[in-house]
Amino acid sequence: MGHQTPLYKEHLAADAKMVDFAGWDMPIHYGSQLEEHHQVRRAAGMFDVSHMTIVDLRGADTRAFLKYLIANNVDKLKARQALYTCMLNERGGVIDDLIVYFMQEDWFRIVVNAATRAKDLAWIKQQAGAYQVTVTERPELAMIAVQGPQARERVYEVLDAKLREQAAQLKPFYAAYDAEGEGEVFIGRTGYTGEDGFELLLPGRNAVRLWRALLEKGVKPTGLGARDTLRLEAGMNLYGADMDETITPLECALEWTVAWEPAARNFIGRAALEKQKAQGVARKLVGLVLNEKGVLRNHLKVVVDGVGEGEITSGGFSPTLNKAIALARVPAAAGARCAVEIRGKLVPATVVKPPFVRNGKSLV
Amino acid sequence: MSNIPKHLKYTKSHEWVETQKDGTVKVGITDHAQDLLGDVVYVELPRPGRLTKTGEACAVVESVKAASDIYSPIAGEVVEANGALSDQPELVNKDAYGSAWMLRLKPANPAELDSLLDARGYESFIASEAH
Repeated sequence: MGHQTPLYKEHLAADAKMVDFAGWDMPIHYGSQLEEHHQVRRAAGMFDVSHMTIVDLRGADTRAFLKYLIANNVDKLKARQALYTCMLNERGGVIDDLIVYFMQEDWFRIVVNAATRAKDLAWIKQQAGAYQVTVTERPELAMIAVQGPQARERVYEVLDAKLREQAAQLKPFYAAYDAEGEGEVFIGRTGYTGEDGFELLLPGRNAVRLWRALLEKGVKPTGLGARDTLRLEAGMNLYGADMDETITPLECALEWTVAWEPAARNFIGRAALEKQKAQGVARKLVGLVLNEKGVLRNHLKVVVDGVGEGEITSGGFSPTLNKAIALARVPAAAGARCAVEIRGKLVPATVVKPPFVRNGKSLV
Repeated sequence: MSNIPKHLKYTKSHEWVETQKDGTVKVGITDHAQDLLGDVVYVELPRPGRLTKTGEACAVVESVKAASDIYSPIAGEVVEANGALSDQPELVNKDAYGSAWMLRLKPANPAELDSLLDARGYESFIASEAH
């Protein structure tokens, strides 16, 4: 038996099929992954993502430390604003991707992947050495993501007046925080589905009440299966599939998260990235759409005629487009067409720029 | 609890077999199998005329989760594939023993059907697999 989130019993009560995910017993679906996927695209769904690792960085040097630790630049952030970034090793390889929230001058909150928790924490503590910063994991906090075109409305209905007012003011990628009630509540207008919505962080003891209140408002529990197809349609990378420590942001379509300016900011991995950029990047991450019936799967070989070969890093069936889609790493010279080898046959696919779907609408 | 109709025969790879009046057999996957697979989004079937050996992979079912081979329960010739599954793969989840039959086989040796599991045998097999 693995770790259980505070919502474990709620999942069982909702007839979830539970699977192991990075040592956690998590719901993969509650009956139909396809229906849960559509629910998020068309109305609102909620995910228990309490397995994710929440870490508070506090102290006088927190900002300076983060400017060194991560490839994006926290100086871009206004108060309570969030930033997506990679944390790199010296070779420019991605140790993890994460979201950092600017809480106050001596406090930033980061959320990292559950599967990389131990190595992330070890790396962060190791790099923090000379800085005045404390690294505090917050395992007592649960995390519920409510996503979909109706998600914000449904969340407003279950918040008290003060929080509701704060949440209603939030622009995308901003967060509200209230520590005065009967337990802190953090609400970020962020997510991993390509839909509008919130991610709510609150003490585990209060999570069941929030989950049930949302359920009563018609928000459907959504499993990790749909979370994966939603993020794939949204063209969002998955750590461990689309990138890892051998892949730089320039090779996984995340150069936009690298803050090259100011040139004087020396972040970990910068020298390696600059060298790679100067020499030219040999591979790129692109989107694929299969025009025939079938399903694209991780690790299938991609053949680009006259150019070379690549590999699918995340493949699946897009419920919104009703066809197979994928993220694939291919030679940089690849154009608009390629073929995927499926069970010994080369099947033509179109190369596109993700996202495939955003806010419920097809973009391909 | 899985639905395991009494009148069908079964394999340990979770296919069901139903003998037709003309001596051919329909083949599909069990309710237990579709439940393990999750939502089915694509079914790839063999062409009529194909000869299959016992236990040979002859079709593929792809769900949101994974691709799974379907194995021929007996040796024979494919006389018909269920074209409806091409446009409605979700039938496999909704009606595994009915409209979601996958192929019809003409057995090479009808006596081979006796070697398949009956409902009780299949039920104890999946119970043993769960442990």
